Amino acid sequence: MIDQVDLSLVNWARAQFALTAMYHWLFVPLTLGLTFLIAFFETIYVKTGSEQWKELTRFWMKLFGINFAIGVATGIILEFEFGTNWSNYSWMVGDIFGAPLAIEGIVAFFLEATFFAVMFFGWNRVSKGFHLLSTWMVAIGSNLSALWILVANGWMQHPTGMAFNPDTARFEMQNFFDIILSPYAISKFTHATTSGFALSSFFVIAVSSYYLAKKRHVLMAKRSIAVASVFGLVASLMLAYTGDEAAFLDAKHQPMKLAAMEGLWEGTTNAPIVAVGIINGMKRPGDFHEPFVYEVKIPGMLSLLANRQAGSFVPGINDLVYGNKEQGIMGATDKVEKGRLAVKYLADYKHAQKEGDIKKASAALVEFKKYQQYLGYGHLKSPEEAVPPVPLTFYSFHMMAAVGSAMILILFLYFFYTARGKLEEVRWLYPVGILFFFLAYAAGEAGWVVAEVGRQPWAIQGLLPVSVARTDIAPVNVKLTFFMFLATFTLLLIAEVKIMLKQIQIGPKEVA
Amino acid sequence: MIGSLDHSTLQQLWWVLASVVGSLFLFLTFVQGGQTLIWQLGKNDTEKSLIINSIGRKWELTFTTLVLFGGALFAAFPKFYATSFGGAYWVWIAILFTFIVQAVSFEYRKKPGNLLGATGYELFLFINGAVGILLIGTAVGTFFTGSNFILNEYNFVRWTNPLRGLEAAGNIFNVSLGLFLVFNARVLGALYLLNNIDFSGLDDFRQRTRDAVLRNFLCSLPFLLVVVAGLLTMKGFNVDPVTGKVDMVAFKYLKNLLAMPQVLVLLLAGLGLVIYAVKQTMTKQKENGIWFAGIGTVLVGLAVFFTAAFNNTPFYPSKADLQSSLTIYNASSSHYTLTAMTYVAFIIPVVLAYIAYVWYQMDRTKLEASEVSGQEAEENY
Ligand code: HDD
Ligand code: HEM
Ligand code: HEM
Repeated sequence: MIDQVDLSLVNWARAQFALTAMYHWLFVPLTLGLTFLIAFFETIYVKTGSEQWKELTRFWMKLFGINFAIGVATGIILEFEFGTNWSNYSWMVGDIFGAPLAIEGIVAFFLEATFFAVMFFGWNRVSKGFHLLSTWMVAIGSNLSALWILVANGWMQHPTGMAFNPDTARFEMQNFFDIILSPYAISKFTHATTSGFALSSFFVIAVSSYYLAKKRHVLMAKRSIAVASVFGLVASLMLAYTGDEAAFLDAKHQPMKLAAMEGLWEGTTNAPIVAVGIINGMKRPGDFHEPFVYEVKIPGMLSLLANRQAGSFVPGINDLVYGNKEQGIMGATDKVEKGRLAVKYLADYKHAQKEGDIKKASAALVEFKKYQQYLGYGHLKSPEEAVPPVPLTFYSFHMMAAVGSAMILILFLYFFYTARGKLEEVRWLYPVGILFFFLAYAAGEAGWVVAEVGRQPWAIQGLLPVSVARTDIAPVNVKLTFFMFLATFTLLLIAEVKIMLKQIQIGPKEVA
Repeated sequence: MIGSLDHSTLQQLWWVLASVVGSLFLFLTFVQGGQTLIWQLGKNDTEKSLIINSIGRKWELTFTTLVLFGGALFAAFPKFYATSFGGAYWVWIAILFTFIVQAVSFEYRKKPGNLLGATGYELFLFINGAVGILLIGTAVGTFFTGSNFILNEYNFVRWTNPLRGLEAAGNIFNVSLGLFLVFNARVLGALYLLNNIDFSGLDDFRQRTRDAVLRNFLCSLPFLLVVVAGLLTMKGFNVDPVTGKVDMVAFKYLKNLLAMPQVLVLLLAGLGLVIYAVKQTMTKQKENGIWFAGIGTVLVGLAVFFTAAFNNTPFYPSKADLQSSLTIYNASSSHYTLTAMTYVAFIIPVVLAYIAYVWYQMDRTKLEASEVSGQEAEENY
């Protein structure tokens, strides 16, 4: 389908997408959770009528606004980047992928955009009740936008509800509900939003801990922590649960990603989890290098977690590349071979059609149908190309999971000391809370690296490799825009952080 | 019910829906127009703050409408989305940059420690209002003048000009359309400010704003003239409904207007409403001109989009290879997707209703100077 794949083009396009997406994800999780926290705060204000709660609400709202603006700035570019960087992709799957993006605009973004103005400028223009409603609408709207974009992303990880149309050479939607109710969509949505809730709770906790450490705004800080620690604790438990669910789905539908996450090269029954490990950078598919330089294993755990069945077989990277007859696993080797046949027969079909040779065309079509499920593999240069970057996936996953487990404990401690009324005495906890705010950011970004890097080389799992998905453009253009984005977003980020710190330093207005 | 509509009806329906969103965007560019008037109309901090806070409460709406326009085109006409964004790379990237810098500017402009200073963000707003709209107009112009792309047998796009879309700015028609939109946005911006701000005690400021309406309207006229004259006389792209073959036809767009008198009526009514709004504002001191000019802009927008795509016309024609040109029939999603999206579109009236309600609630009382200075100012832009 493609004349020559310019690897540097594909890599620059990927780098650019990753850069802009990761910037977007610096701001989005805070929006997802902080809007709910603000809605809780304002609800308490409306219920109690206390001016102190109102000022508290307004303070967090101000910080939210600063974050929100840059979240929007980084979002618009992603929306159009599918076209600019991945135009072949956009044509081939626009039928399916465009829909959630459009729906996101209709049902989510307008909710946010409309009620956002009321939230900020409506204090004296609308009734108390309507203002509160608006705040809730912003929270719901922002989380709805997460829903639709994650439906889209979930579909890329596990394409369902569609069929390939050989006449147009594209994928077409067959069942809308299969797409939006896909288990991947649900897993993505619940995991990503709860990660935002947990991160936002740490944001509130970190800023409040800073005030407690400085003995400023003590009452307001304690109140903020009281709400945030409960919300965060519930969210972090959900987060671990949904993360486990995500890994379970990977075992079923993206076994290569799972193998990379765990650095599992040789499949085995009773597969262990590597609790801590240093990967051997020399290791390549099919060779005899040791996978780890250093490792601490928990035997049998991976079989249990991945398949929910003790002792079960978990395929490793080598099984997935070269196949494993015993376990009935077809390797990428065979798939590439079949895929090449699919590519050939599709071309034959097109050619015969152009010539008007109906008999030849339908014969080619019959052959194509036999191999069409491997079409994507036909574009790989070698079976080994089906392996994603293992170290990056492995370390990112382990970092995320470690932070996720530890954050539950930290949130519990904040909750516990708040309930005991001892928060002002446990001063050692404050720096830990602040540290975990940054770790939560790192974990969230790492999560996306696991999800997206672990999916390589596929733009759409098993169907469309990134080398086909890209736009036909000279790499220099993409390189140039990469640095333009880097410079612009970094500049805006610095501005944002400075404004944020200044506002935190100024602090909330104290009222009696 | 919708499932029984045939494909071409759905394709036309979605072109109409996309045109409505695009035309509403053109109306909402009063925000961008206002952004280019900050320095000109605001002679002191209070006046500047009034302008920025007035349009600043609507910027998200305009922005989101643009995003939805992109999303709707992606879902309904993916081949256009893929061809234009991937092909005319630099035009779109440039447009997007002007919107990236816009998004932070309202919020950051007056906040302490904002790195770039108020003037920096005002400059961003100006760039978005002037360059952004100019480029959008230029891009819309290519619906008539054509672009430089070739689609291969798999419909993958290849652009034949290394400028990747920026070459469109070398065409007088495209640029005139862009400049017309810039000045029209400024007319709308000034009209919106007149309607939204409480000018009591600020008579100078009011007069300046009113003068801006007329001045920018007059500036827009020559460009409008070039656009209309160009449209009525140019050769255009025509697709044969039977064979699907595309070729050039003299006076194509004039013929479209004559063949679709409803569209001609939209165009004339739209232009008439804008003129009426300007006239009432200048001679009768009316302050509700934004509504007439706004509706007028929407009607003109619809006429432009309809002329570009209906009556056997490819809406995204290729100069480099006529047969690669995109029509609403060969660029659309499948029947199934359009059907599903049409069900989703039933939510749009609900969305419009709450937007209208909130707009009414928020703008019932005009923006006063006291709101943007002193105690209250802190929360404002
Ligand atoms: C709806 C789809 C979608 C969503 C929600 C995201 N991405 Fe993504 N991402 C893609 C769709 C995508 C993509 C366009 O499909 C890319 C480009 C090439 C590819 O295979 O996937 C991609 C690539 C990509 C890569 C590069 C992987 C590689 O080349 O090795 C990274 C690191 C990220 N993304 C990170 C993110 C982050 C931090 C996101 C959080 C906002 C994110 N992605 C959301
Ligand atoms: C590549 C995929 C993505 C695209 C194309 C995209 C697109 C956008 C766009 C265009 C905006 C601005 C909307 C406006 O006009 O207000 C935006 C904002 C937003 N997006 Fe994304 N987005 C993506 C990924 C995500 C993800 C993964 C999430 C959440 C899980 C998310 C959640 C949000 C939220 C909450 C906002 C509101 C602005 C903010 O506070 O940051 N987005 N996005
Ligand atoms: C408690 C342990 C955790 C486990 C077991 C876990 C598991 C996972 C898995 C398997 C994925 C990849 C999903 C896929 O694409 O196949 C993932 C993605 C992700 N994780 Fe986690 N995670 C955990 C904690 C966290 C934490 C603490 C955060 C951030 C605060 C986080 C944020 C994310 C994000 C943003 C993604 C990408 C979105 C997605 O794929 O849903 N996770 N996680």
